[in-house]
Amino acid sequence: MSISLFLKRVSLIAGTALVSAAALSAQAADPVKVGFVYVGPVGDHGWTYRHDIGRQAIDAALGDKVETSYIESVAEGADAERVIRKLASSGHDLIFTTSFGYMNPTIKVAKDFPDVKFEHATGYKRAENVSTYGARFYEGRAVIGTMAGMMTKTNTIGYIASFPIPEVVRGINAFTIAMRKVNPDAEVKVVWVNSWYDPGKEADAAKALIDQGADIVTQHTDSPAPLQVAEERGVMGFGQASDMIAFAPKAQLTSIIDDWDQYYIDRTQAVLDGTWESQDTWDGIASGMVAFPEYSADVPEDVKAAAEVIREGIVDGTLHPFQGPILDQAGTEILASGEVLDDQALLGMNYYVQGVQGDLPK
Amino acid sequence: MIALQRRASPSRLMGYLAPVLALGCTLVAGLILFALLGVPVGLAFHAYFIEPISSVYGLSELAVKATPLVIIGVALSIGFRAQVWNIGAEGQLILGGITGAAVGLFFYEVDSWYVLPLMILASVLGGMVWAGVPALLKTRLGVNEILTSLMLTYVAALLLSWLVAGPMRDPDGFNFPESRLFHDAALLPRIVDGTRLHLGAVIALGIVVAGWLLLSRTLLGFALRVNGMAPKAGAHAGFSQTRLVWIALLMGGGCAGLAGLFEVAGPIGQLLPSISPGYGFTAIIVAFLGRLHPVGVLVAALIMALSYLGGESAQITLNLPLAVTGVFQGMLLFFLLAADVLINYSFVWTRKATQQVESL
Repeated sequence: MSISLFLKRVSLIAGTALVSAAALSAQAADPVKVGFVYVGPVGDHGWTYRHDIGRQAIDAALGDKVETSYIESVAEGADAERVIRKLASSGHDLIFTTSFGYMNPTIKVAKDFPDVKFEHATGYKRAENVSTYGARFYEGRAVIGTMAGMMTKTNTIGYIASFPIPEVVRGINAFTIAMRKVNPDAEVKVVWVNSWYDPGKEADAAKALIDQGADIVTQHTDSPAPLQVAEERGVMGFGQASDMIAFAPKAQLTSIIDDWDQYYIDRTQAVLDGTWESQDTWDGIASGMVAFPEYSADVPEDVKAAAEVIREGIVDGTLHPFQGPILDQAGTEILASGEVLDDQALLGMNYYVQGVQGDLPK
Repeated sequence: MIALQRRASPSRLMGYLAPVLALGCTLVAGLILFALLGVPVGLAFHAYFIEPISSVYGLSELAVKATPLVIIGVALSIGFRAQVWNIGAEGQLILGGITGAAVGLFFYEVDSWYVLPLMILASVLGGMVWAGVPALLKTRLGVNEILTSLMLTYVAALLLSWLVAGPMRDPDGFNFPESRLFHDAALLPRIVDGTRLHLGAVIALGIVVAGWLLLSRTLLGFALRVNGMAPKAGAHAGFSQTRLVWIALLMGGGCAGLAGLFEVAGPIGQLLPSISPGYGFTAIIVAFLGRLHPVGVLVAALIMALSYLGGESAQITLNLPLAVTGVFQGMLLFFLLAADVLINYSFVWTRKATQQVESL
């Protein structure tokens, strides 16, 4: 008997003993198998790391009713379809594909496996057995943009960006709008590194931005490298996707945490209950999908208070990060005062707002 | 003392035994590795070597994964025989993918038989143009082709990411950097229903045969080999070095471009910001693993492809991290290359190392 089989039996016996008095049916049901496809390594301390924390949350919450597995660093190309198909054909009931580039492969495989449920992160194509989900990270950007606007001395913020897709552009704009509300003179400089995870390039970008006068760097890439550079150079920064305080105890002011735990548990529970349905989820701070760790000790009280006002305003719906008036780079009004950009406009965003330097790569 | 002694001539026996020996060493080292990790060895080996190819679908995926490696590996090994070091096959692959996809997208929704052949032609030309730059620089200015071909890879990758975010972006794709999905006439026909095995795999086999015939049965193949072993002898025999450099690079570029098209018009079905997980670089390893022989390349490509698929199944069934796969692949390559020493050298016992005049 193999070790894993042995452990499984031991845990099954132990589990059965525990619950036997309450529910004898537990031992009869096969565990629901949940698979994850990751675009980066689980140790990236950013995007993939947080998805894997979510996977572990399923294990912790649902115990031996579930069995989870993952494949990491799956390239967004020909390999993705094979990996997804492999999970589907090896008895997985629910499969989370956690990067935009997995959209078409997920849809293709889902067609061939109508009984398997799929969940694709950050995409826009759905099917009977394919849900999509994402988080309104731009809400978090509004909070840290406010802090940056108040704390910068050079009025220059460095922004390390991955790919010029709407999601990333939206984050830059939300950050800039919030920053300019508290500091109309501040500007955002953007460097595109064309990668989600490339510590070397990310660090180089951070150095270049600091050399150009940025005293705060923020990022839409997944490694802690920019924050580490900020720490070395004595400037400030924000963590991305997870709490990166361990990498930059002095530099990190706060962080935008992706918290998928509850969503993953709920969706797995839905499969267990037989209530899973295809849907589109786009949640933000209010649901806890976008979260923050403690502010660092270096953040002044008035900045904390201003950040809290934004956070609470977003939660209770009195404040929207994309509230008019919004001006484009040339100063032309794109949204009148009092209006709010709808989700459709947010999903296709492909322009910079006033306060961002440079041209959006197209 | 054990010393290495150069053999009078390369050992034929060891030529066949070395890979077997390497495989044996990998298995033993793997045994130790998995035992240390607390993973049942039998299960681990099953996950790596048996499970991925235990079904028709698995075999088809092995072929899909090996196809670009075979096509590029054969072409590169012919060039390497002639001492022409094309390191930039990855960039030539990307260019072929771009030009081929451009033709496919230009004829979007045109349902005719000529779309695919035109795409193939465009991809070969695209790859050739990209390899032609190092050829021109080498033959005219004497610039080292290793540097130029490698550096053009990064140019190609950036060109691709610019194109998919701009001119070739899907107009209905919410500004995401991807092209449209190709229509049916622009996709490679599938050979086996229910799998992704496409026409490219058959063409890859054809390229193996063509490469073997070229090297062993033609004057050009002879000229390429002579140029590699003794350039001066080749020059005396009247073989133009310039011509051979052009031929080697254009052949490599054309094949890499073709492999790029087979990816975008095969398993991917659209143009993405990244269309290859480094096939152009892996093919260099494959070429050397296959001893620069087309048939050897075929075998080596299958072994490499299997190690990738095995890594995936090990992650799913054993929850092993990807890093273990990396270590395992590294060991396989290390032992394969290390065992090659035995082709040209033999172990001898000596009383004193100093007595060994010809030791390493």
